[in-house]
Amino acid sequence: MSILIDRSSRVVVHGLTGREGSFHGAAMKAYGTQVVAGLTPGKGGQTALDGTVPVFDTVVDAIRETGADTSCIFVPAAGAPDSILEAVDAGIRTIFCITEGIPALDMIPVVEAVRRAGATLIGPNCPGATTPGQAKVGIIPGSIHREGRVGVVSRSGTLTYEAVQAMTDAGVGQSTCVGIGGDPVIGTPFLDILQRFAADPETEALILIGEIGGAAEEEAAAWAAEHLRDIPKAAFIAGRTAPEGKRMGHAGAIISGGRGTATSKVEALEAAGFRVAGSPTELPGLLREAGYRG
Amino acid sequence: MKIHEADAKSLLVAQGLPVPPWTVATTPAEARTAAGAYLADPAGSGKVVIKAQVLVGGRGKAGGVKLAGSADEAERVAADILALTIKGLPVRKVLVGPAADIVKEYYLSIVLDRGARKLLFIGSAEGGVEIEQTAEANPDAITYLHADPLLGVPDHRARRLAFAIGFGAHWKAAAAIAKGLYRTMLAYDADLVEINPLAVIRTRAADGTATEQLVCLDAKITLDDSGLVRHPELESLRDLDAEDPTDLAAREHEIAFIKLDGDIGCMVNGAGLAMTTMDLVKRAGGEPANFLDIGGGAKADKVSAAMRLILHEPNVKAILVNIFGGITRGDEVARGLIEARAQQERDVPMVVRIVGTNATEAAALLREASFETAHSLDEAAAKAVAAARGTAA
Repeated sequence: MSILIDRSSRVVVHGLTGREGSFHGAAMKAYGTQVVAGLTPGKGGQTALDGTVPVFDTVVDAIRETGADTSCIFVPAAGAPDSILEAVDAGIRTIFCITEGIPALDMIPVVEAVRRAGATLIGPNCPGATTPGQAKVGIIPGSIHREGRVGVVSRSGTLTYEAVQAMTDAGVGQSTCVGIGGDPVIGTPFLDILQRFAADPETEALILIGEIGGAAEEEAAAWAAEHLRDIPKAAFIAGRTAPEGKRMGHAGAIISGGRGTATSKVEALEAAGFRVAGSPTELPGLLREAGYRG
Repeated sequence: MKIHEADAKSLLVAQGLPVPPWTVATTPAEARTAAGAYLADPAGSGKVVIKAQVLVGGRGKAGGVKLAGSADEAERVAADILALTIKGLPVRKVLVGPAADIVKEYYLSIVLDRGARKLLFIGSAEGGVEIEQTAEANPDAITYLHADPLLGVPDHRARRLAFAIGFGAHWKAAAAIAKGLYRTMLAYDADLVEINPLAVIRTRAADGTATEQLVCLDAKITLDDSGLVRHPELESLRDLDAEDPTDLAAREHEIAFIKLDGDIGCMVNGAGLAMTTMDLVKRAGGEPANFLDIGGGAKADKVSAAMRLILHEPNVKAILVNIFGGITRGDEVARGLIEARAQQERDVPMVVRIVGTNATEAAALLREASFETAHSLDEAAAKAVAAARGTAA
């Protein structure tokens, strides 16, 4: 097993005929993901990725013709919230929104609509997810992974690659790697991903990669303290040296009014039994110290 | 993006919120004229207030908010305030308005609650002081209420907020203002709209009868940078004094850049990895000179621009380039670095680490151009710190 995606996932790529969509759509397909459909209003009936993938005008059409059950959105910020809603309306259960730069207020009703429909939204402004050896959705380079039993959840993009590469180099494989996104309003916070990993029989250890800003790491830690006592866990928090009041790139990465500090996150994670690394390269070693034998 | 009080008040007025009159003056003479007009109002309080327009907190304590009882005095006071530099920022404008006869001060704001993924009203009958102070000294004096994520602020919810905060006889006005703050938030893609104080003020008609009114005496609005693209008219409200000159150049090239105090310049792709790189520089005993994220898919020209931003700081003694290629191609970055080094005026030691997409091609290019390279991030940080100190790693 795994979480969110696996070899049976049937993916429709919103914006497959665009620059990002075609590049990453091809990479997803090359990794083994079932990219069954593309979505570009007005280009229905055409094909993409060298004629191998049919393109549709609407998600409803894509589902009817291909049985798509997972959306991957590369649509620009102005249209991405609507693209998420279209997927939800059509009955897609799992939606990844890679798009960055969506105004936070646009996401409030969208996240609520996703919640009411009982669907799952990962992102926006996220790198996607990979279940090594099975499928990847989004922009994470497939080459950094190794099949295994460690669940990885992160708010970052390239920092995730750094950590995953370090794990793979050390022989520590992953069950699923999920980037939840760095925006202030995201579909699925750390806590929900930890709960899914907890329910996945093939995930035997966890790595959480957080950063300054917000309180999502603390919330996840509080839950882990109660429910994930016995599994090996390690974490890394970016921004220990970031000054207060400066937004560090991600719209969510800011310490303000003394909230969202690295110290508060590190303390909460350590109290919950996470081994907290000083560098992402230490993560696989810390998991082994915590008793992981994978 | 932060905007000035006077501009925030204009946005509130545009959304139909009650704000007492004001005038913006850039010279003492303008302040005198404005003050004269307000003081001539027979129903007025006989005083005007003059407030520095700077984007920092604590204006009052720094002498940036003063009262005046005559046009002469207003001119003198405005001259004093316009001569101030508050927390490093020069005062270029003052707001002049009639001094209010305040009966009671409240606090009301609306802010993005990330955890709940909803908008949150924060209100208190203890206005006029910072809400953080109230939160610490008397947390029970604060009311919190979310807006509905789909319906916004139906009347009943606005009323509930007004009664819970304790606006008493002014509950109708308070509920209308709450709805107005929500409207303002959406109209301009704000992430905070704060009225402190939201005050009951007393005004007297010509016959001497007094009436009470709830008005926004001060206003603070911060805008979501991601929303600015659909409000180009708000770009003119940006205060360039409050920014570093490098901020403008960074924005032009869509580079996320924040100047820090250290001497090791950092160039990284991705915000999380950029913060991590700073953390590891510090851990290796160095001090980062900046946060810099060149974003995804950066090409050679962007890399050159980033290099110029870093070298703009004279105290930068070494540069650490850390690229984990995904969308970004390592060889593109390497070409940009080679080009930038050929153009740069100052010779600063550089340590380059490029992994991921096209790292092999990048390595060949860097080797040919004799760049100092590193394999792991920890090694790169250590080498950069050594280079800044002028020692070998």
